[in-house]
Amino acid sequence: MVTITQGIYKIKENAAIAKDIMKMVLCGDTSAITAPGQFINIKLDGFFLRRPISICDYDSESITIIYKIVGEGTEAMAKLESGDELDVLVGLGNGYNTEKSGEKPLLLGGGVGVPPLYNLCKVLIGQGKKPTVILGFNTEKEVFYKDEFASLGADVIVATADGTCGVKGFVTDAMKDVEYDYFFTCGPEPMFRAIEKVAATSGQYSFEERMGCGFGACMGCSCKTKYGNKRICKDGPVLEREEIIW
Amino acid sequence: MVNTKVSLSGWELDNPVIPASGTFGFGYEFAELYDINCLGTFSFKGTTRQARFGNPTPRIAECPSGMINSVGLQNPGVEAVISEELPRLAKCFDKKVIANVSGFSIEEYAETCRMLDSQEQVGILEVNVSCPNVHNGGMSFGTSPESAAQVTKAVKAVTTKPVYIKLSPNVTDIVSIAKACEEAGADGISMINTLLGMRIDLKTKKPVIANKMGGFSGSAIFPVAVRMVYQVYEAVNIPIIGMGGVSSAKDVIEMMLAGASAVQVGAANLVDPFACRQIIEDLPVVMEKYKIENLKDIIGGAHIG
Repeated sequence: MVTITQGIYKIKENAAIAKDIMKMVLCGDTSAITAPGQFINIKLDGFFLRRPISICDYDSESITIIYKIVGEGTEAMAKLESGDELDVLVGLGNGYNTEKSGEKPLLLGGGVGVPPLYNLCKVLIGQGKKPTVILGFNTEKEVFYKDEFASLGADVIVATADGTCGVKGFVTDAMKDVEYDYFFTCGPEPMFRAIEKVAATSGQYSFEERMGCGFGACMGCSCKTKYGNKRICKDGPVLEREEIIW
Repeated sequence: MVNTKVSLSGWELDNPVIPASGTFGFGYEFAELYDINCLGTFSFKGTTRQARFGNPTPRIAECPSGMINSVGLQNPGVEAVISEELPRLAKCFDKKVIANVSGFSIEEYAETCRMLDSQEQVGILEVNVSCPNVHNGGMSFGTSPESAAQVTKAVKAVTTKPVYIKLSPNVTDIVSIAKACEEAGADGISMINTLLGMRIDLKTKKPVIANKMGGFSGSAIFPVAVRMVYQVYEAVNIPIIGMGGVSSAKDVIEMMLAGASAVQVGAANLVDPFACRQIIEDLPVVMEKYKIENLKDIIGGAHIG
């Protein structure tokens, strides 16, 4: 059985790619990662709890994460340099179930919810599917990974709330004319609620919550679902549309 | 060769290291990571008569050298613990466990303890009169000597296994409460539960925790726990399971010198899932360093002379 691993990871890269958005590449064991949409939990000097960050992409020896500087923990992370080492728990959470996808999946990402969709998109294309990706941001300065998704071979639509890049409006404005048979999403909860009102198919939502442990022990991130109580960190972060209680 | 064995009310443990209730679930998340039979034992998730979802989220807040939790006793209820959790645990843990019990009335404490008392897998009943995260119950039973004694008596009347009362540090005089529990028939004391704490987010200008306040734990509270264990050891003749911010083998020894017969490890498990295994591995090395042959011999050692 594959389970989580703990290890020391060396930072290969840690640089800004958009306003307050950092990309970090960590080198080390990735054997515990089993699905797109899983996350890692990072120990930082001077902080008690680990910081959970979604996996953007990985290969046999490195993990790419993209994070937003939002508080003291991520501020400290942004100051780390290549060559620095981090204690990381890897392979947490259930991740997206790509077997449920149709031939034309729609991927909807909002802000810092975009990163896990990258590896998901790669996996779906590898399965011969034709994904459309809608990336939502507040403004042009915050836009990232538009070209990277396009390079994978996906149709990419960008939406910005202020109209400075792509479609003016939210991801839900950009999805009106898109043909799709399943959806995957990650982003802020107001975006989820908007998607829930207009989505025409089944889909999967990846949730965020303040966590204690990240591996199912403390019950810090529980939520109620139609199929009983679930822990966002262990039974999620991905929940299926049909089970979510809004 | 050093000897790490300790005993609690006649129950011999291979070592004094016990994951604390609420930080180790019912064991299986950790059994996926390592063989948990290396533990002295562990205290399972606080169990109530009825199933509880607990408090709204956010339930967790970061603190300097610690954390706040306000889970609110989420658990499947004692019947499901007996019919589902204990059989599942038996597949990955050969030792007896400590059954941690909470309640909202004296009758409820007694009934839940009575049901768990009949389970062979249970070694000790740890009665939590100190949960800071539920209203109309929990901690309120542990904040006066009279009510703590009432719970103790009611549980003792319907059980045969050793009963340890888990005390709250959020009181003016923990010694008087420990003495009242001993007089009421408690077989031991578990201490301390979390300290009531709070964080406020400067961006939202509101409490971080949905329930506003929660239990503060982690290495920051270790000196408070050592002090309280030391004080209670002087006043009672029953064993103490010491806890509060323990995160290393050195902390285990310090807690035992203060008067603990065994030691629980809480928040450290959440930061490092291998924390208890590491402490158990380190313990003989640290014992040799400080010239301790028999761990039992140092219990309360700081009081001598």
